[in-house]
Amino acid sequence: MTAPLAATAVDPVTLAVLKGRLEQIADEMDATLFRSAFNPIIAEARDACHGIYHPETGATLVQGTTGLPIFVGAMAFAVKAVIDKVARDGGLEEGDTFLFNDPYDGGTHLNDFRLVRPIFRCGVLFCWLASVGHWLDIGGNVPGGFNARATESFQEGVRIPPVKLISHGKINDDIIAILSANSRVPQSNFGDLNGQLNALDLGEKRLRGLLDDYGDAVVAAAFDAFTARAEKLMRETLAALPDGVYAFEDKLDNDGVTDDPLTIALDLTIAGDRMTLDFSRSSPPCAGPLNIARSTAVACCYVALKHVFTDVPANAGCLAPITFVIPDTTLLGVSAPKPVGGYTETILRVIGVVFGALAEAMPDRATAAPFGTINALSVAGHRADGSRYVMFSFFGGGLGGNPETDGLNHGNNPISMATIPPAEILEASYPVMFTQWALRPDSGGPGLHRGGLGAVYEIETLSENGADVFLLGERGKFAPFGVNGGEPAALNRFVWQTDEGEKSPPLASKITDVKIAKGRRVRLETPGGGGWGVPDARPAETVARDVRLGYVTPQAARERYDAVVSEDGTLDVAATRALRAGSAA
Amino acid sequence: MSARGGIVGVDVGGTFTDLFLFDEAERRFTTAKVPSNRGDEAVGFLDGLRKLGDVKGFSSIVHGTTVGTNALLERKGAKIGVITTRGFRDVLEMRRRDRPRTWGLWGDFKPVAERDLRLEVEERVLADGSIRTPVDPEAVKAAARTLLAKGAQAVAVFFINAYANSANEKAAVEAVRAVWPNEDVVASFEILPEIREFERASTTALNAYLQPVVGSYLGKLQNALDGEGFKGSFHIVQSNGGVMSTATARRLPVRTALSGPAAGVIAAAAIADAAGFANVITGDLGGTSFDVSLIADGRSVLAAQTTIDFGMVIRTPMIEISTIGAGGGSIAHVDKGGLLQVGPESAGSRPGPVCYGQGNDRPTLTDANVVLGRINAERPIGGKLERLDVEAAKAAIARHVAEPLGIEVMAAAEAVVRIANARMAGAIRLVSIERGHDPQKFSVMPFGGGGALHAGALVGEVGLASALVPRFPGITSALGCVIADLRHDQVRTVNWMLDALDAAALDRLMVAQGREAEAVVAGAGVAVDRIDVLYELDMHYMGQTHTISVPLPVTLAGESTGISADIVRQAFEAAYKTSFSRLLPGIPMRIVTLRTAAVGRRPPFDLTALAPSADATLDAARRGTRPVWFAGGWHDTAIWSRLDLPVGAVVVGPAVLEQPDATTVVDPGLTARVDALGNVVIERAK
Repeated sequence: MTAPLAATAVDPVTLAVLKGRLEQIADEMDATLFRSAFNPIIAEARDACHGIYHPETGATLVQGTTGLPIFVGAMAFAVKAVIDKVARDGGLEEGDTFLFNDPYDGGTHLNDFRLVRPIFRCGVLFCWLASVGHWLDIGGNVPGGFNARATESFQEGVRIPPVKLISHGKINDDIIAILSANSRVPQSNFGDLNGQLNALDLGEKRLRGLLDDYGDAVVAAAFDAFTARAEKLMRETLAALPDGVYAFEDKLDNDGVTDDPLTIALDLTIAGDRMTLDFSRSSPPCAGPLNIARSTAVACCYVALKHVFTDVPANAGCLAPITFVIPDTTLLGVSAPKPVGGYTETILRVIGVVFGALAEAMPDRATAAPFGTINALSVAGHRADGSRYVMFSFFGGGLGGNPETDGLNHGNNPISMATIPPAEILEASYPVMFTQWALRPDSGGPGLHRGGLGAVYEIETLSENGADVFLLGERGKFAPFGVNGGEPAALNRFVWQTDEGEKSPPLASKITDVKIAKGRRVRLETPGGGGWGVPDARPAETVARDVRLGYVTPQAARERYDAVVSEDGTLDVAATRALRAGSAA
Repeated sequence: MSARGGIVGVDVGGTFTDLFLFDEAERRFTTAKVPSNRGDEAVGFLDGLRKLGDVKGFSSIVHGTTVGTNALLERKGAKIGVITTRGFRDVLEMRRRDRPRTWGLWGDFKPVAERDLRLEVEERVLADGSIRTPVDPEAVKAAARTLLAKGAQAVAVFFINAYANSANEKAAVEAVRAVWPNEDVVASFEILPEIREFERASTTALNAYLQPVVGSYLGKLQNALDGEGFKGSFHIVQSNGGVMSTATARRLPVRTALSGPAAGVIAAAAIADAAGFANVITGDLGGTSFDVSLIADGRSVLAAQTTIDFGMVIRTPMIEISTIGAGGGSIAHVDKGGLLQVGPESAGSRPGPVCYGQGNDRPTLTDANVVLGRINAERPIGGKLERLDVEAAKAAIARHVAEPLGIEVMAAAEAVVRIANARMAGAIRLVSIERGHDPQKFSVMPFGGGGALHAGALVGEVGLASALVPRFPGITSALGCVIADLRHDQVRTVNWMLDALDAAALDRLMVAQGREAEAVVAGAGVAVDRIDVLYELDMHYMGQTHTISVPLPVTLAGESTGISADIVRQAFEAAYKTSFSRLLPGIPMRIVTLRTAAVGRRPPFDLTALAPSADATLDAARRGTRPVWFAGGWHDTAIWSRLDLPVGAVVVGPAVLEQPDATTVVDPGLTARVDALGNVVIERAK
């Protein structure tokens, strides 16, 4: 029941025109949702994505340029989940739209809701459109869903398998009623669902217009050509790398339940124009929420590769020459009901490990580790008028040093393009006051190209009865690594004030339900990025400038760069030369 | 020549300075084009004025400038210091926690004020406007002296939550002014009393960064004009398309960031209106970029903010101009995946296209137009070059496009033009279809040197109604300076729930803001027919973070605007429906920000002054034929002298209309007609 995949050859000019127009359709879908969404995780942080997918395989055909990078990799699995359901249960009709959030069947975590819609032409399935967005709350033990102590997905929220939200053009209000009854913020979820439907409606309208203009056969042929082109580019890129096995591993602090480190180990093999990513040596599934499903693991490898090979277009073709080995005996290939709510931390570590292994395959283009933790922080309580509030946000850190530049100060994570809400918006919305919103000195990993700086966010609670604080973070024990002789960045650090002085979480960067009294503060200090190249090779004048600007303290300049610099940034040339000569010898 | 009562528009661009003189008494106009003098633009400015006549005889000069834009893009502003709240000196450097590109993690950011020139003082205002810690003016003075000692030339004062209560910031900026040796001191509440600290800090810092540069430039121009005995008024076009006094421009130079392009859009709107076209999309094709802007129902769209470069945000109302990297100098190449691309890399105006013979050997869009015979190689626009090197252009296309694609060289040149057209069409779709406008109701108006080459093709590609080519596409921005209204914008964040709205308080605020804005316009020293005060609210449903603009159907009348909660509600719902399909009943609405604009309407400019002379004839306009490549083959194509075509003339494509500042291509299947004002209207042949 699928469209005949056309043998029509499309001329290169029409192909280029269609590429732009199709990407624009996906971008317009993104824009529609961003502007009409209710929760800031979509509206500001852009935790959403849209695209066009293959009728039979669900493979990504066209992807927008503004969607959340991690979803770009994950969506094909979501569409496949619906294709499998239809194959099993039948009953696919024009005008249907499926909804689900099942993380083990093409999802990521329970907050991410997928809408998948078939597009028929002359009664035949031509392709799929899909939309995904992060909803604010879908039940579970912790508001917002980031339950650091979950040991089963039932403690993380409600799991919905692929169901028909819209059947032949008619919306099933019963499903909406079920969703509403299972969220702390049903109105917000309803607003976001409407935004996603708006986006699909618009995408369908635009796509039909384009098919009418160019003809179905030409567009189908163009899809094939895009996929072939991405595969060709990826093969050429891989063929240019030296054959070999490149091993790299990194660790997560713990799973939030037991305080044991978790290993993410990768053996990356380049053989001709093919690559194998083998994660077999990674830790087994864990008790807490740091597991991920296989589809999520593949999606984040895709994100890592796109950051390194930026020329390769975003469609399924680029994954064709890659073999994934992700056994279900590891924490990267779990199934229900293993908890996955902390997936953001795990995928950041997987992405870092891919960077690390590739750095050994291509040292001239190596990138040091980015800060590598999402730091999902909730501050919750009651306002003076008794109403309940939850301030929930992700925080920034430094990006890694690289062949061209020092790492970027205070950037976002590679899985997203999210911007942080303004402090003034947070203060206007919640009874909190920021006492620091600053760069964190010495947080960037030393190197010829220094890692970017992380940040210090210090928050005082203003509400009479204080506040409850939750944090799901990482990098409290294992710092972002440097490459090519560069050194690691500073660790993540979180403290809160009590009558007995400052306290920090026993599980490094994960806490649930810590009570903070009015007038007390919490402080989050985020990691920078790792360093690139040997620190002693950084010109002493540049280190002196770092000291003058307060990026590096005089003490760190001496200990980690062998540069003698006074508080005001004056370089002691002779002492530095002597120190550096001593280290070299 | 008599120029008494003359008003002169001056548009200083990267390559040329264009001038447009209109003699109001005699209803006559004169234009001039002189080379710009990069680095000392005042020289070209004066040269151009002298070419038009006796400078002291002009009554008014209005200037569209790119001095501010260039200082921002090239990072050539002043060394500035920042004085801010304890704990917040890094706001400018931390941005909104973004990165330069979606894919790829390289690149860094250098803020306009270095970290050791950003000093903190004790003070704190809370979000509700209450003062938790008052500011100590002596501590501020000490900080200012430290900045002076470190070599700062200008200072920005930026305190957290100053939008909610500016008292601390006001006391601080007064303290700085008491010790600062020049006028280049600015506080965030004076620039943008609006919530969102990074956007406010960035706009304020960039204003300080530009103050010395724009101030010295305007000072130099004023001196030069004084030296010529000029006694008239001298004004600057703002990014919002309105005109301001030079005194205001020195105080708020950040508002000149899009001065030149905005003037072009203003002229386009006036030309379209006079020609009876309410809906047009302007397209300015320059050397490196294609700028588009939408005019719906005779009005241009204002954007609330723009990003000049990564991390450099300016939040002030400006005409929404979308830019893509496709210009005459855009380089065509075949990428590693075998796909033909045009731009965004550009050869610019130096070295420029291959056919300029100035050292570039990679083919550009202009080279493709030359090879196809669309541009006359014997008479290049602008008059700087004698002739264009067609063979060199052809060889470059053969090597870089035809061979890698395995196609013939003429087909390759045509493909380059098609890809460029597709990219321009994409930019037009973004500002029209994406915003819910039906392209069939719009015409494209090309201006600048190159747009008219592609206008006809865009009609077909996007499904537009027609193309409207103004009589003098090359001097559109200079014309815009002459006809632009005066304008002053103000904003104020309020964060009021509509359900609990104190309409009298809103009315008082609107009256006060309206009066202030009106006074700035009235004080500009230019005759206006009347001053209109316009109000808009930024609103949303409680829970959303984005807002929509809600124009209010009220204005300043005596002691009241007559606003009520009902009027606000109806206006919000109408605006929301336009943006999104469904309203959300039951969810409370919030007013975030009040925007006030005072517009001083200038006397209407009669564009018939530009029309062709009555004795023009079709025969006198005929310039023979030459072969031009269209749709896979050479066509013997009629060439016309565009300015000599009479009113009502109809030319059937394929045809090329030539004039000193632009070339208009009429593709096969299209016809061109000259309207009563001398514009050329290109439509599909009936």
